[in-house]
Amino acid sequence: MPSLKDLKIRIESVKSTRKITKAMQMVAAAKLRRAQEAAERARPYSEKMDKVVTNLASSFHGGGSVPKIMSGSGSDQVHLLIVATAERGLCGGFNSSIVRLARQHARNLIGQNKQVKILTIGKKGREQLKREFESYFVDHVDLTQVKTIRYGIAQEIGEKVLDLFETNEFDVATVFFSRFQSVITQNPTAQQIIPVEVKENNEEKGFYDFEPDETELLVDLLPQAIINHIFTALLENAASEQGARMSAMDNATRNAGEMIDKLTIVYNRSRQAAITKELIEIISGAEAL
Amino acid sequence: MHFDLVSPEKSVTSIEVDAVDLPGVEGDMTAMNGHLPMLTSLRPGLVKARGAEGDESRFVVAGGFVEVTADSVTVLADEVFLEEEFTSSVLDDLLERLEKTASTKEMHEKDKAQKRLGDALSLKAHITH
Repeated sequence: MPSLKDLKIRIESVKSTRKITKAMQMVAAAKLRRAQEAAERARPYSEKMDKVVTNLASSFHGGGSVPKIMSGSGSDQVHLLIVATAERGLCGGFNSSIVRLARQHARNLIGQNKQVKILTIGKKGREQLKREFESYFVDHVDLTQVKTIRYGIAQEIGEKVLDLFETNEFDVATVFFSRFQSVITQNPTAQQIIPVEVKENNEEKGFYDFEPDETELLVDLLPQAIINHIFTALLENAASEQGARMSAMDNATRNAGEMIDKLTIVYNRSRQAAITKELIEIISGAEAL
Repeated sequence: MHFDLVSPEKSVTSIEVDAVDLPGVEGDMTAMNGHLPMLTSLRPGLVKARGAEGDESRFVVAGGFVEVTADSVTVLADEVFLEEEFTSSVLDDLLERLEKTASTKEMHEKDKAQKRLGDALSLKAHITH
């Protein structure tokens, strides 16, 4: 049986934990709103970009050569996995679920005798993948100093990836990130970005004039589309991270509250027990006289 | 016709206009209602959207793409600045970045990057402040 003093210390410590988790939850909520707005604002561009790429690719009449970035390098032997996670923990299963998906993917590929290369974004994912896949790491992007995701960051990462592709370092690139659905649900997602997958355009077949010609345009457009995919992934990830942290901290706050209630009951009971015990001692002492 | 101007980070404007002047990579052009569908890349330059009452909105873009259809113009800009926000420090910043890209590229890509740099330099004329 812990003494009254021990219990009191315990209650105080859980109380301050609750204060911290509560504060973290509120910070996450504020950041989540900002991250969601950023993701929302970026949506028109990616929608339009997708549309333009689809239109352009579907009116490609085979005149000129299809850029390598769309047709692929002709094999799928070397895979680049871009694993985007957070820089910080304390956000529930957010990092682990992305890593789990990436790990599965990597094991599958290795099982099929494919070569795997891993580029990590965010140190949490890197730490978790290190034990099993350290020898596959090719690069790491550190976002510790980054407060808000700007397009320039995606551009840097995109150019890195495109350079690797140009120098035939890999054949297929896939991004792993978490798609934001709601505060409670974030879906870990794997999205192939190279070669560019083009949706079939069944509605209007556009007959466009191109300036300069189709190939030239595609060569300019596709890298932008890829960078934009990475940008979207980063934004979704940022929103998911804050959402996950918010619900994790909400749970932690609630648990701390329950624990305080339980401890308070134990504290009150043992205080009463002590009082009763003393009374009994006094009364039996008086009776003995 | 409908005019959309979007940058990767946000949608800048979405309005009804009469005509849009665009800095196409192979020359300036004006898109009006009933224009032939076309797709082209943009060089760094000035986009002017003219409304029905002669009102005009001007934007500086740092390159990008435009999709023109019979009843819409969609500009996918790499970067957009309102003309009044486009100061010499913004331009210097842009030039510095373009120079950096140009220095890493080779051959054909380098020519393209340098042409962009040249186009961006000519934007100096549009600095009003």
